Amino acid sequence: MSHVNYDERIPNNVDLSNDRRLRRALEKWQPAYLDWWRSVGPQIFADNEIYLRTAISTEPGGWANFGYVRMPEYRWGIFLADPEPDRVIPAGDFAGQPVWQEVPGEYRNILKRIIVVQADTEPASVEQQRYLAATAPSLYDARNLFQVNVEEGRHLWAMVYLLHAYFGRDGRDEADELLARRAGDADKPRILDAFNQPCEDWLTFHCFTCFTDRDGKFQLGALAESAFDPLSRTCRFMLTEEAHHLFVGESGMERIIRRAAELHKIDPNGDARAQGGIDLPTIQRYVNYWYSYCLDLFGAEVSTNAADYFATGLKGRWREAKDYDEHTALGQTHRIEYVEDGTLVPRDVPLRNAMNEVLRQDYAADCARVVSRWNKTLEAEGLDFRITLPHNRFHRRQGIYAGHYFDPQGNLIDEATWNARKDEWLPTDEDRAWVKNLMKPVYEPGKMANWIAAPRRGIHGQPIDFEYVRVD
Amino acid sequence: MGHDFAYPPVDFETHPDRYKHWRLSIDGDIATLEMAVDEQAPLWPGQYELKLNSYDLGVDIELADIVQRLRFEHPEVRVVVLTGGLDAKIFCAGANIRMLGMAPHAFKVNFCKFTNETRASIEDATRHSGQVWVAALNGTASGGGYELALACEEIWLIDDGNAAVSLPEVPLLGVLPGTGGLTRLTDKRQVRRDIADVFCTKAEGFRARDAKRYGFVDHTWPRSRWEEGCAARARELAAAARAAHPERTGPGVALPPLSRTDHDDGWSYPHVDVRFHHDLDDRAVTITIRGPTDDPRRDATTWSLQAFRELDDALLRLRVNHLGVGLVLLRTEGDPDAVLAHEAQVLQGAETDWFWREVQLFQARTLRRVDNTAKTFFALIEPGNCFVGTLFELCLAADRSYMFLDDDLANSIRLTDANQGVFPMASGISRIEARYPGDPDAVEAVIEVDGPIDAEQAEELGLVTAALDDIDWEDEVRIAIEERVSLSPDALTGMEQNLRFGGAETCETKIYGRLSAWQNWIFQRPNAVGERGALTMFGHPERPVFDFNRT
Repeated sequence: MSHVNYDERIPNNVDLSNDRRLRRALEKWQPAYLDWWRSVGPQIFADNEIYLRTAISTEPGGWANFGYVRMPEYRWGIFLADPEPDRVIPAGDFAGQPVWQEVPGEYRNILKRIIVVQADTEPASVEQQRYLAATAPSLYDARNLFQVNVEEGRHLWAMVYLLHAYFGRDGRDEADELLARRAGDADKPRILDAFNQPCEDWLTFHCFTCFTDRDGKFQLGALAESAFDPLSRTCRFMLTEEAHHLFVGESGMERIIRRAAELHKIDPNGDARAQGGIDLPTIQRYVNYWYSYCLDLFGAEVSTNAADYFATGLKGRWREAKDYDEHTALGQTHRIEYVEDGTLVPRDVPLRNAMNEVLRQDYAADCARVVSRWNKTLEAEGLDFRITLPHNRFHRRQGIYAGHYFDPQGNLIDEATWNARKDEWLPTDEDRAWVKNLMKPVYEPGKMANWIAAPRRGIHGQPIDFEYVRVD
Repeated sequence: MGHDFAYPPVDFETHPDRYKHWRLSIDGDIATLEMAVDEQAPLWPGQYELKLNSYDLGVDIELADIVQRLRFEHPEVRVVVLTGGLDAKIFCAGANIRMLGMAPHAFKVNFCKFTNETRASIEDATRHSGQVWVAALNGTASGGGYELALACEEIWLIDDGNAAVSLPEVPLLGVLPGTGGLTRLTDKRQVRRDIADVFCTKAEGFRARDAKRYGFVDHTWPRSRWEEGCAARARELAAAARAAHPERTGPGVALPPLSRTDHDDGWSYPHVDVRFHHDLDDRAVTITIRGPTDDPRRDATTWSLQAFRELDDALLRLRVNHLGVGLVLLRTEGDPDAVLAHEAQVLQGAETDWFWREVQLFQARTLRRVDNTAKTFFALIEPGNCFVGTLFELCLAADRSYMFLDDDLANSIRLTDANQGVFPMASGISRIEARYPGDPDAVEAVIEVDGPIDAEQAEELGLVTAALDDIDWEDEVRIAIEERVSLSPDALTGMEQNLRFGGAETCETKIYGRLSAWQNWIFQRPNAVGERGALTMFGHPERPVFDFNRT
């Protein structure tokens, strides 16, 4: 094995060929990873050539090398963003002290847990989407799906690198478990519920990449502010890739919305469905569903763990170092509306305990910017309809609003009202059946399914009718 | 909130109609008990929430009631499957930390003691009543949640890649597991000590694979075979329990509520009085137990059961609601022959009839509750008393006993078969054996005495601390009482617990002893409850700060 050129096979900037411990761990893990990819990774076009981006270095441009590659031969690499000289701990009790290059023993277990929970989402989404290309609305979309998939795979590598390099035998065990759990599996489900739902249609896929991957963006952002420098650097590099996933989701939704508007105008009764498309109210219901689901991923509004993570510097706030002057978050409060005796009662809780909520609000603001861009499209199409985000209290299953009923404006309502109106607000079985019915593959270069508009431009300067997937 | 929180009096009686936190269903000889704690129904409303199936004293009072009622009201039940009833992936997160953080020290101690007694009663039911408790952990069991499982005969853990068992007290809270977790790991489950050391300092604990490998659980099944695996194993255990206890058949015996009357000087039940000594600033009470006035009956109103239920309730109330009481004077009144008649029914009945056996086991538990009560007990044996057999166990449990020496030697006590191991202490030996450490001849000599024993003879045999005649009685007893209530209550608690439990240790004595010594010490230390102690800081935005000097 010592003759293998690791740096060639596994692009990296962590000096892999000289790190015995890491090499030993990866020699065992890499074949298991490839088995995993084969068995639950993309099942359609599994061995076709795909026009993909591969990161081979962290130099400008080095992280985005485009070319045809068969996915199992994809060179999943290990990259950390370049070290920031003299970086100090951004947040918590140790703010201002030098960052840690090794894991402090006392935080080893919670840090490992944070990494495992984040890491578990990466392979999960690949599993959830493994049959999706069978109904790809274009080769352009199929290629984007695969790009997202291989990069989620690389994110798993990035997290596994941390587990292997810094967490000893426990870390190796956890890395193995990451390949043993399966999205939606009855016995070995993924850790977070949102990652156990199947993703079987492209409206769902685009909602997922827009809203769920955006949760990932904010979680990575909070971890990029970590006192543990290798985690921070890993997450900073992942964020550059995550941006593409968010682009896929945001632009995919924009294309579906644009097409819905076009079909609305074509149809004499303004019925996009009659024209074989997805109508705007259905899109709104999917947005309501996925946005509310993703809000749950941030955790309880008031949380001891969140306070601990912040206090110990394991996580910071979004853009902690850049956007905040005060980094202890002590002696400050955050106002949270509790449900008490059928009304909302504001209460001030210690800011550190509210860090999940603080991050959730940053996420919500980001989502609102995305929606406003979609609405510009609707405006340009001359429609009055506007997509809106439901209130943060709407349709929550975790945290203090779970078990209560709210309308999309955030008003407390009773269960009977909820039951009477929920079909206006959330996708119905009929909606899902309709969307599913539209899912037919379009594999001719440049052609789009009827329910989605063409992208405004191709990938990496290529034309839209470029053969992003070599079909034969 | 601090340590001055004056909690309202606690009522230890409850009924299935009023359970807030548990769901019991019975299917043939297998009962399923789901823990589904109502987070909005803590013992002290509005003070904290019982999140993630965490428990407080209110939750445990219901559990104790369930254990008790299953034994009396459902003799047909052979296996009790204890499982999580929340949708969340959690079985039980242990004792509620916010409650512990705000509770006064004495309450914490009494809370731990009561929960320990409930766990011990689960083991008692498994061992002696053929009601085998098993823990079916369908989610994570941490801290007190895992300790609850440790009290069960078997522990099953779902293998779903998430659920774990853990004892995170040391790494997260800077205290120890308070309900026997450490002792049961080494003594009951015989887990290797170095592995236990790793386990107890790893907050997240072990998931199915490691938990099974090292003996922290007995069986694991993946989610798809969980229900089936649990059901099959429960049926096996039920069949074995049926074979071991074929006598447990027929209808159950309902336990009616106790009737208690409060008054200015204390409170009364039909057979038991609790009276405060106002002249001693209420630092002493007298408990008077009245003997039976009717014949035994095979229901819950029979004297042997009802009087002991009343005594049990009185002890619990005194412990938790009357912290200022340091001394309990034990008295009895009534016809010794009537007590003996009832005792004969219990002891003979217990050989063939599960009901009388349960009565006997319950009396044994109540007597152990006396042993474990952090108050001084003096027995006052006066003319008209009925300290015979079972009731004489109270004199043996007391820290001292004073017997009135009358001229005609009519004031007497009496030993019976009931004093020869029917009511073992937590150490597994009888109170008579514990009374004469290393002197089996003395035990023999006492047991051989047939019939009533007068005061002179009782003193001679060492059965009472002092026999006092009418000239000395009043002064000696008064001085003993006044002296006792003047001494340091902390020192007395420690001293009494040391002296009461002479001889070899058992798992149970270790649990109580170590709780009293180690946990209660740690609970008082600044590293736990100081301004920046780990327990104080839990759930707060600041982190704990330790003084790293070891003692």
